[in-house]
Amino acid sequence: MLADYLTPDLVKLQVQADDWRDAVRQGGELLQKAGICEPRYVEAMIKAVEQMGPYMVLAPGLALAHARPQDGVLRVGMSIITLQKPVEFGSKANDPVKLVISFGGVDKTSHIGMLQELAKFLMIEDNQKLLKEAASFDEIKEALKH
Amino acid sequence: MADLRIMVVCGFGLGSSMVLKMTLDDVLKEEKITGVETFCSDSYVSSGEKYDIVFISQEWEYLFEKNPQPRVVIKNFLNKAEVREKGLGEIKKLIESKG
Repeated sequence: MLADYLTPDLVKLQVQADDWRDAVRQGGELLQKAGICEPRYVEAMIKAVEQMGPYMVLAPGLALAHARPQDGVLRVGMSIITLQKPVEFGSKANDPVKLVISFGGVDKTSHIGMLQELAKFLMIEDNQKLLKEAASFDEIKEALKH
Repeated sequence: MADLRIMVVCGFGLGSSMVLKMTLDDVLKEEKITGVETFCSDSYVSSGEKYDIVFISQEWEYLFEKNPQPRVVIKNFLNKAEVREKGLGEIKKLIESKG
């Protein structure tokens, strides 16, 4: 279940971010502190958006930041940050972004189970709202268990 | 009859396209559509893949503009209603023409 991945150290709510780079960096730093990735992975996630565009803003207000396994992932994991003030990624379809989910996988398949849990959760629109609006981890803890 | 090959593409073929594939798989399951294969690809190799229809976000449409196969451009990768509305008709048409 999602609660196994999204422990309190990997969730940071209503943070201040200067711009999209800052938001991705803060999400990446949670991964780094938890031992999920090396520092260079955080920079690779930013570079991915710079080079390939904001396609990872895959739903209204929601970005799924990541880079490639070989960019410095140590183990499968993800983090969530929500922003006090949404930032623009440059996505025509889905700006501005309030919720940044960052993840890393160690190969092409090991993260699929985790993403499946995440997608199942986020396909329920109320859950996206819950994450975006929550002020404390306790508010989302129960929902993540299902 | 070979399965209809539905390709989903994003930058690395790991994250965004995987999520859209999951949404699409859910829709296909709900609609009880069989005889299709969904798979992810990345922006580097996808144009050389063998496929019948491609699902993408607007950012990647340019990769397939010259290809004859249908393209379905999705805005919200987590929205089953949008995926169903934009993609299902095309998929059914292709299944009929193959069958």
